[in-house]
Parts: sequence; structure tokens; C-alpha cells
Amino acid sequence: MAEVEETLKRIQSQNGVQGIIIINSEGIPIKTTLDNASTVQYAGLIHQLVMKARSTVRDIDPQNDLTFLRIRSKKNEIMIAPDKDYFLIVIQNPSD
Amino acid sequence: MTASLVLTVESVLSIVSTLSSGMEIVHVYTKLHSEFGRQCLFSDRPAELLVDVPADQSLASQFTQRTRRDQSLQASRDMSEHRVNTKRFESESCGLNHEEGGWPKDVNHQVMEQTIRFRKKVEKDESYINSILQLGSVMEHCIRQNNAVDIYQDCFEDGEMPEEHQEPPSAKTINVFRDPNELKRTVTGLSWHPDGGEKLAAAYSCLEFQKTSRDMSLDSYIWDIENPNRPELSLKPASPLVCLEYNPKDCHSLVGGSYNGQIAYWDSRRGSQPVETSSVEHSHRDPVYKIIWLQSKTGTDTFSASTDGQVLWWDVRKLSEPTERLVLDPSREGNPERALGAISLDFESTMPTKFMVGTEQGLVVSCNRKAKTPTEKVVCTYDGHQGPVYALQRNPFFPKNFLTVGDWTARIWSEDIKESSIMWTKYQMSYLMDACWSPVRPSVFFTVKMDGVLDMWDILFKQNDPTLSLKVCDEALYSLRLQDNGRLVACGSQQGEATLLEISSGLSTLQKNEKSLLAAMFERETKREKILEARQREIRLKERSRSEQSRSEDGGREDIDQSPLQLMARAEEDFYVLTETEKKGKEREDQDLSSEL
Repeated sequence: MAEVEETLKRIQSQNGVQGIIIINSEGIPIKTTLDNASTVQYAGLIHQLVMKARSTVRDIDPQNDLTFLRIRSKKNEIMIAPDKDYFLIVIQNPSD
Repeated sequence: MTASLVLTVESVLSIVSTLSSGMEIVHVYTKLHSEFGRQCLFSDRPAELLVDVPADQSLASQFTQRTRRDQSLQASRDMSEHRVNTKRFESESCGLNHEEGGWPKDVNHQVMEQTIRFRKKVEKDESYINSILQLGSVMEHCIRQNNAVDIYQDCFEDGEMPEEHQEPPSAKTINVFRDPNELKRTVTGLSWHPDGGEKLAAAYSCLEFQKTSRDMSLDSYIWDIENPNRPELSLKPASPLVCLEYNPKDCHSLVGGSYNGQIAYWDSRRGSQPVETSSVEHSHRDPVYKIIWLQSKTGTDTFSASTDGQVLWWDVRKLSEPTERLVLDPSREGNPERALGAISLDFESTMPTKFMVGTEQGLVVSCNRKAKTPTEKVVCTYDGHQGPVYALQRNPFFPKNFLTVGDWTARIWSEDIKESSIMWTKYQMSYLMDACWSPVRPSVFFTVKMDGVLDMWDILFKQNDPTLSLKVCDEALYSLRLQDNGRLVACGSQQGEATLLEISSGLSTLQKNEKSLLAAMFERETKREKILEARQREIRLKERSRSEQSRSEDGGREDIDQSPLQLMARAEEDFYVLTETEKKGKEREDQDLSSEL
């Protein structure tokens, strides 16, 4: 339990990180550093996107699986690390 | 020697018959039982000819020699290409409201306590802890990577491949906006939204004399270019609009000139009805063909032109009366009887005091707004067209040169040369209805014609013919407008269709040295015209001095500014004098003859 907190704190302290959200496989946000409205929005939208991306990768090659998803936009970058049951979403503003 | 198996039809049939009689081809060999399993002893044998079927020359008479040629064979189905137009699919985009979902049945997500309890429970789960730790490390790696290096940066920015191979100029139709009413009207005016150009305002009216029927709708529309199915906003004037313009400073206000001469002002936030309409007594008495916004501190000034010969200035905050009035009289007397009907207007914001009017009579009148007396308002006229000057625009890069379109030609003029245009196209097959310069390339302009063709002219590349000629539709095209970025062009047709085209990058990106080359070309042509003008003047001067001399022998009469009646009287007198002298001459001859006899 404490290690999880520590990990999240470490991530939060990195340069440019705007927010962290952990959602479970049903799209329910478990832990978040953003406000409720944004969290719910991110959770709903990203959950669908990750499902789609994962199914795409597996359709092309059933042995393959999605390991990481990065969405780079004009203002920031959304990084999603999917697992079997949980997703870790980090929104970062790359400082360059 | 051809070793080809020329099977005649009969032999093929015989093979088939043996097979079908159930006789399988079987080979039987015997082997001692003890020899089963023994290794195979292979030995070399020389090649043995088994079968040799010589060519039967007698069969050659049944075949003819064909000329050698390549022939491809393919054993497959015959296919043909066929295009089908699908039915129009009307789609509408709307937003979806996400509600929280996915919570298990026993948790009511409205209740904070239950959700917190659920979350705490999940956090205690072991698999949760493990997966988060693992995901955390992966994520950290990527975050650090982002901070260290921009993995998406363009590393080879400086070595941009220069476009050596110029793609041929082309244009692609993106969308067609059709008049949603049953009775189609002509698209007579187009205007792009000033901010980015995602909206297009189109004015619809029927310009044919007395062809407007009672059922024709009066509306004009603003279209969102992404949605051709339905106009975004419809504008409802009292009389159909002939021209429509967005205010370049304020993207919500529009002003339109209508068929009955009134001006109307809309605010697109306020809805379809005009905010204000000018009063009928003080408006034009003919359709308002062109209306332009002026550059002013208040940003509310416009001026309009109509075939009743007037150019009126308006302040849109108070449309009950025009702020200023100008009558286009070439004799500078302000006489409305002799005024020329105005069909097009041009105003360049870099020259705020001057403006130009194209008339129905083929003259282009250049006027000065700030002149003190009305007589000085009309500065000069340019006479070049045999028909109405339907479009008039200054070159945005070279404001001293302007483009006019009328009769069957398009002409480019220089302000200094008043006698004729410096460059002109040859006579086209059909009437040109509208033209405009490209806002990004100084040497490119576009014209639309009555046979539905959109022409793109690049005068640095080719002057005799358009660089690109596209048939947009079957009916006549009446209006044309380019978006400020130079890539999108909208043209409106007689049947109410506004077509949106995208031009290839070759015609919409500024080329190297284009400005200087074009400046040189304009200078050269201007110089040529100046020389011609000077020569003409010389010839005229000589003639005049010659005729003056001869008249001073006759009796010394000035012939400057003679009215037609006076000229006729003088011609009569000359005629009588001439006949008298002839008669006298004849009489003298007769006398001489008779005296000789």
C-alpha cells in the first residue's frame, strides 16, 4: 500500500506531470489527482480508446498485446500503461 | 523442329474415353519377400528416348500462319468498372453525455461514502498493488524519456526537399451547397467568414427580369463548409439579396444589398431577421449590385453601388439615411439623368480615399472620396469594355493595377494609363461573369463564365490561355470568391449551387521571385501602352494642326467641343460650297467648249 503511494508520489514529482488517474477494467477511477469532472471524462473516453487499441493490436496478431499507448497532442501528452485489470494514465506537458 | 504436341480433336477424345471406361492406369511389379526393406540401389542410366511424336506435315493444311504478336491470356472473369452514386446521407453531429457507469450494482455512485468505500477496498487488493508498481516503472521510464528528449521533434528540418517536380495544377471539388428550396435561384453573391473561413455566406436572388415567381423564397443562407446538407443560418430579408458581405473586422455582422435597392444589416448572433433595414425612400432605386465594408474607426461604414447611377455611403448603426451620396455622372455635373449604372465596386484598404466603380456602360470610373466639390469626386474614367463591367478588383500586391471583367475578355489595367488596358485575354467563348485575384499569389486570378467553366490564369506562366480550366457545372456560374488563405474557392451557379473547390498547392503558394517578375511584367506593359498613347497623341496633334491650317484658309473656325448639330451644319455648308464650286467649274468648261465650237 505504501509502495503504491510512493510510486505515485514519485511520478507526480516528475517534470511536467499534470495529473495521474488509475482506472480499473470497468472504467471506474480508483485514484486520481485531478478534479472529479475531468477524471470522469478521462476515464470514460480513455477506457474506450484503450479497449479499441488493444483489440486492434490483437486482431492483427493474436500473440501480440498492447503494452503502452501514447497520445501526443498540441498541448500535452497522455500516456496510458494498460494492465490486465487496471490502467495507469498520466497527463504530461513535455517541457521542450 | 517444333516438338509441339499438336493434338487434334479426335485424339483428345480417345484419351478421355479410355479414362472414362474405368480403366485405371496401374503398374504391377513383384518383389521377393526377403527383399522388402532392402536399401535401394540406384544406378545411372543414360537418357532414353521414350516417345517421339514427329510433326505431321499433313495437318499443316488445317492451320493458317498468324502474324506474330503479343497476346496475353488470362483465364478469369470479365470485369467492368461501374460507378454508382449513393444516396445522399444526411448526418448530424451531436454530443453525447457521458454518465458515470461501470460501477457494480451494489454501489450507488451518487453516494460519496459508498464510492470511497469501494475505492478503498480496491486499493487493498493485492493484484492492484502489484500491477500499479509494475505500471509505475514503465510509466516513469516514458516520462523521463519525454523530459530528456523530444522524441517527436523534427530532426531534419533544414534539409527540406525542394519541390523540384511541379505537380500539374489541379483543383478538387470538396463540397456542393445546394439551394434547399424547390425553385432554384441564382447565387449572386458570396462572402467568406473573416475568421478562418469556416463559413460561407451566399446571397440568392433571381436576376432575370421579371422571372421571379411569387413562390420563390427570399432567403439567403450562411453555410458551414463542413455541412452541405443544411445551411447553418438563413437570412430573411424583405426582398431577395443580390450581394452579401461579412464585416472583415467583426465576424458576426453582415450587410446585404437587395433587389429592391434596400440595404439590410444582420447580426448572426441575433437570428435570421435583419437588425435594421434602410428606408425605401433613401435607398437605391435599382438592385444593389455590390456593397463593401469600409475601413473606419467605428468599423460600421459601408458603401453600395447600384445601376441607378448612385454610390451611397451608409453607417450601419443608422440605416434610415445614407451618410453620403455620389451620382456617377461622367460630365461631373451630378446629373442623375446622365449617370452611369454601377455594377461593381472596388475598395482597397491601403488606399482609403480612392475607390473604383465599374459601370453597365463599360466604363470604369475612379473616384476620390475626400474631394471637396462633387465635380472633383470623379477623377477619371477608363473605357475598355463593350458590355457591363461585372467585376473589378485591384491586385492585392500591386494596388496600381486592377483587373476588370466584362464582355468576353478580362483586362488588366494600370492606373496611370487611361486609354486602354495594359494586358487583356483573348475573346473567350462565353461571357465572363466574375473574377478575382488570388490573395496569396500576385500573378494568379480566377474567372467564371456563363458556360459553367472556372478558369485559373497565371500570367507569369501563360498569357494566352488559362493555366487551368475546370467545368464546374452545366449551367452558368455567376459569382466567385476566394478564401483568404488562397486554397479554397467558392463559385455560385444559376441553379443555386455553390461549389467549393480546393486548389492544388502549386497555384496557391507564393513562388520565388514572383513579385519581382510580375512587377517587371506590369512595368513593361505599362511602358508599352505609354509609348502607344504618346504616339496616338502625336498623330492626333498632327491631324488637328493640319485641319486647323486648312480651316484657317477657309475662314478660321475652331473645332473644339463642337456639338453634333453644329458639326452637321458645318458639313452641310461644306457640301454646298463644294457643289457650287463644282457647278461653277462645270459651267466654265461648258462655256469653253461652246466657245470652241
